[in-house]
Amino acid sequence: MQIRYAFSELGTGLRRNVTMTVAVVVTVWISLVLFGLGLLVRSEVALVKGFWYDKVQIAVFMCNDVSSSPQCADGAVSGAQRTEIEQALSTNPEVRKVYHESQQQAYARYQEIYKDAATADIVKPVDLQESFRVSLKNPEQYQGVQSAVQGLPGVFSVQDSREVLEPLFKGLNGLQWISIGLAGGLLIAGVLQIGNTIRLTVFSRRREIGIMRLVGASNFYIQLPFIVESVVAALVGAALACGTLAFTPWVTAKLRTDVRVVPWIGWEETITTMPVLAALGILLAIIASFITLRKYLTV
Amino acid sequence: MPRGELAHSYPFASYTQRLADPCRCFSSRFMPPTPARKPAVIRFENVSKVYDGQSRPALADLSLEVDKGEFVFLVGASGSGKSTFLKLALRELHPSRGRVFVAGKELGRLSTWKVPRLRRQIGTVFQDFRLLPNKTVFENVAFALQVIGRPRGHIARVVPDVLQLVGLDGKEHRMPDELSGGEQQRVAIARAFVNRPMILIADEPTGNLDPSTSVGIMKLLDRINRTGTTVLMATHDANIVDQMRKRVIELEGGKLVRDQSRGVYGYQS
Repeated sequence: MQIRYAFSELGTGLRRNVTMTVAVVVTVWISLVLFGLGLLVRSEVALVKGFWYDKVQIAVFMCNDVSSSPQCADGAVSGAQRTEIEQALSTNPEVRKVYHESQQQAYARYQEIYKDAATADIVKPVDLQESFRVSLKNPEQYQGVQSAVQGLPGVFSVQDSREVLEPLFKGLNGLQWISIGLAGGLLIAGVLQIGNTIRLTVFSRRREIGIMRLVGASNFYIQLPFIVESVVAALVGAALACGTLAFTPWVTAKLRTDVRVVPWIGWEETITTMPVLAALGILLAIIASFITLRKYLTV
Repeated sequence: MPRGELAHSYPFASYTQRLADPCRCFSSRFMPPTPARKPAVIRFENVSKVYDGQSRPALADLSLEVDKGEFVFLVGASGSGKSTFLKLALRELHPSRGRVFVAGKELGRLSTWKVPRLRRQIGTVFQDFRLLPNKTVFENVAFALQVIGRPRGHIARVVPDVLQLVGLDGKEHRMPDELSGGEQQRVAIARAFVNRPMILIADEPTGNLDPSTSVGIMKLLDRINRTGTTVLMATHDANIVDQMRKRVIELEGGKLVRDQSRGVYGYQS
């Protein structure tokens, strides 16, 4: 009975304040899109971090025949030099594991990464450098390992992957906090708008509400239509936000072909964000209704 | 000169009335309460109400009882505290001091979520009818039952009965603006009474009606009173009070100045 009443009032209620309802829907929509973007950036960062930190922290590139830099004046790395370098790495207490990547393997990876690039046809295996990929016990402690192999003969360069990735992570982190911050501002606006809509509705229905109170309708019964209305509006906004975020996998699919160095999030991460957005939308509506109704619909 | 007007007029009203009303004085002052007495449905114990930001109390140390089945007129000039009294009884306000009992419950101890249950035992009628303009007569009365969750079958059974009681049978499907003022007030009374409340509170129910229509409304309230419902009516209508000869409670400046069992209006507005 009570539920039926609440829903019978729903259509009239939403129509009565159609402009305010649209405003609520749009605000909730955009704020949840921003919030969802923040979450997605966050999972992208986690994904990239996991991918790189698991694999490699330091790459020790060795000289090849075409290296022109002074430390490679003696030509390509010799077998003895290679063993010495590997020795130095594997005996270092900071090192967890050492992988060797030959020129052939490097070429295969190059071909995979730069499949569509024009250079793919020109580059030959001999143009690439063989390398030792080193994973560390603690990714933060890379200087010791770096200095241990830096000057060894046959070493072309030592690259810490963190140097490459840190700016990326910083950028992504910034993006994440900007979008969550903007979302926060808009969510507050959303709460206030829901509150305002309820206030208007309470005012336009003050006759009914006055009579309901007089004849002893329960608070829950009086308040339910308002709560249902705002939850429905918020859910519509959340649905639109989920729809908007559903474009993410397409965007990342495109990015995956263009930027191959890092993994990209896909459907799985996007879909797990959606219930969060819906829940947040509902929570928002309920909080806003309770605060407003407490203020304007006291017994 | 209307009956008794000079003798009971202000400022000697309370004193002369008390003298002229030996019956009530006697029973309340000098006799022990009779055991067969009906229980009070409204009891005010030393109730004071001071509104925020005001120094003068709207009600000052008011104590009175209304018994079950009584018909009581509440009279007094504007600002004498009548509305405050009614609002306290409906628990729309809390007293600043003292205790209010309605239908056996002390309202100060009543938790908020139980207030609706209290109000189901009180029917309320106002000067301005307060009907829903977009609902028919039947729907207006049925609304009062719908919103307290009564089943449809019950509503379909009870509403025609109460409309007949108030003399509106045949007009179920009219809209409020198609009715005369008197008929609209009958709809409001039907709505207040449809749930068979213990108490009917009427705040100047004839205030917007002409004298002959008012008589009809008063007959209706009297009929409702005869079913055992306590009726508490605030009014400025001297003729009605004088004709009905019911208990009259007069407030002045928030104080009880007269409580007379078969009283007249007694003061000039």
